[in-house]
Amino acid sequence: MIRADAFLISIAVASALGVVAAQHQARQIFSELEREQARARELEVEWGQLQLEQSTWAALARVELIARERLGLQEPQPGRIVIVEVPR
Amino acid sequence: MKNRRSVTFNHNPLLEKGLPVWRPRLVLLGLLACSLTLVGRAAWLQGFNNEFLQAEGKSRYSRVIPVPATRGRITDRNGDVLAVSTPVRSIWAIPSDARLSPADTRSLATLLEMDVPELNRRLDSERDFVYLKRQLAPEVARRIADLKLPGVHEHQEYRRYYPGGEVTAHMLGFTGVDDRGQEGIELAFDAQLKGMSGSRRVIRDRRGQIIEDVESIRPPRDGENVALAMDAKIQFLAYSALRHAMQTHKAKAGGVVVLDVRSGEVLALVNAPTFNPNNRSGLSGAQLRNRVLTDVFEPGSTMKPFIGALALEQRKVALDTIIDTNPGRMTIGRATISDVRRHGPLTVGGVIEKSSNIGTVKLAMHFTPDEMWQMFDELGFGTPLNLGFPGEASGRLRPARSWRPIEQATMAYGHGVSGSLIQMARAYLAFARDGELLPLSLTRVDAPPAPIRQVFSAETARQMRQILERAAGPEGTAPKAQVAGFRVAGKTGTAHKLEGGRYTDRYISSFVGFAPASNPRIIVAVMIDEPTAGQHFGGAVAAPVFARIVEGTLRSMGVVPDAPVAPLHVAGKVEMPPVPKERM
Repeated sequence: MIRADAFLISIAVASALGVVAAQHQARQIFSELEREQARARELEVEWGQLQLEQSTWAALARVELIARERLGLQEPQPGRIVIVEVPR
Repeated sequence: MKNRRSVTFNHNPLLEKGLPVWRPRLVLLGLLACSLTLVGRAAWLQGFNNEFLQAEGKSRYSRVIPVPATRGRITDRNGDVLAVSTPVRSIWAIPSDARLSPADTRSLATLLEMDVPELNRRLDSERDFVYLKRQLAPEVARRIADLKLPGVHEHQEYRRYYPGGEVTAHMLGFTGVDDRGQEGIELAFDAQLKGMSGSRRVIRDRRGQIIEDVESIRPPRDGENVALAMDAKIQFLAYSALRHAMQTHKAKAGGVVVLDVRSGEVLALVNAPTFNPNNRSGLSGAQLRNRVLTDVFEPGSTMKPFIGALALEQRKVALDTIIDTNPGRMTIGRATISDVRRHGPLTVGGVIEKSSNIGTVKLAMHFTPDEMWQMFDELGFGTPLNLGFPGEASGRLRPARSWRPIEQATMAYGHGVSGSLIQMARAYLAFARDGELLPLSLTRVDAPPAPIRQVFSAETARQMRQILERAAGPEGTAPKAQVAGFRVAGKTGTAHKLEGGRYTDRYISSFVGFAPASNPRIIVAVMIDEPTAGQHFGGAVAAPVFARIVEGTLRSMGVVPDAPVAPLHVAGKVEMPPVPKERM
């Protein structure tokens, strides 16, 4: 009788410890998930900022300025354009 | 001491006396009632009315936290970003809590880029809540948070950035400090763009870290992205061409719109004067006005082709019918209409090519007011385009019953009827597209929409394309509209401005045309308000803008030239426009 009781009690204790461990693990994993989600949001924001930066650098006004003034490019005179037709 | 009779507690004479039976019973009953009350109260709190305590308990560890959602981006048709929201911080203070040392105040003022007296004035406010500075960069906000000042707090907000700056300002509009649309596309598509922030319930531990997600009360919904029909390259071309013309002709205002003939998309829409949407302090109403969409003007001669088309369509005249415009003056009622110079006998094509008022009026006299009204109505004058843009103008087209003969005559050459520039551009779709009108779209469309109606027959539209090509040619009014490699077609307009019911000697010069003439792909409409540098004819002021835009646009769209590429001898063609400096 006593042996059976001891057995049941030890099972109960083991199960209780298991619950504690599982809960702890769940919380740890959850906080990791939280961190990753926060990081995802941050990356999203950063992506937006990078897109913004890219379109600022690639602004046509800036490209044109650099092309004309630094690289000395100009639009071709009409007579100097050759049209190449690609046969399909 | 010995003699004194000691009274011990056990032998208290009062006890020996015996108590009446009811007294202990009463006390017992009282105690029982007390404990019953307690049990009842406990049962009430635990079992029947437990919400309050449960909520109180939960509030000790569970928190509802907001989940922010961002506003959608606006991109051009190729996916280039035109407007994007990024998080910024706003710094606020509770003045009664903010007791700062002079050193703290100084370092805070430096970070906020404010004067110390100004900061002190704000902190001395009577109110419970003052903004110290809104929309600060996150890095600066972090440094302020590191100062750990009492009573100084921050919260997150979003700020909208427009990398295109002034180039796309009128089209996009802007948002307010609360990230809601206030003008332009931002307002028109606000429902789509705006995000819905959500909230969720979580359990926090004592260090404030979230350890468990209890429930999602409302999931956040990020705003949808909007892809415009606009092409950033074409928009920039139109912007720099218009800007150049504004400077050359010292004009008061101007507008350009470029439409895709096949899909009815608005490829570019530019207004001048413009503004920088990233820094909107000190803006005037004139800068904010989207003239292309919201301002109406009397178009002048750009109306004439419609009268010519109607005359051809109804077979009132043939292509070779001669209309005598001599002597260049004409009296209707008490008013006299005149041409700029005497053109003599002209065909229908000649009337439009030379832009003869007399010839056009003679053509218009073939129609009843009702017939003309119906054509104007079918072309969309007097009806807003319903693009969803705020403040869209409908133009003015009075009912035909009220037209006097002189009014019918002046309407034939575009006075007494008014429309916005985009309405003019759309009406020209009827010529560019074999007589059909399309609904316009500000956003990218995947498949061409169904036409709204057929205004002219395909045959008439074809004939008009040839006439308009000559009108933009060396014999017409706008040789400067010519583009190397492409055949262009279009019509100039030079209208007197109407002010206080009288026509003044100030002008609106315009040009509406399409290219390539053999198979039109784009419509470009240009309007320059009050050119004051000497020239005011549409052919001199607006046509060169048209040419510059058409050339760049067709090249960037990869349209195959339909004319031999030969050097053009048009004055001023080679000269390059000054490059506008971008200010962000």
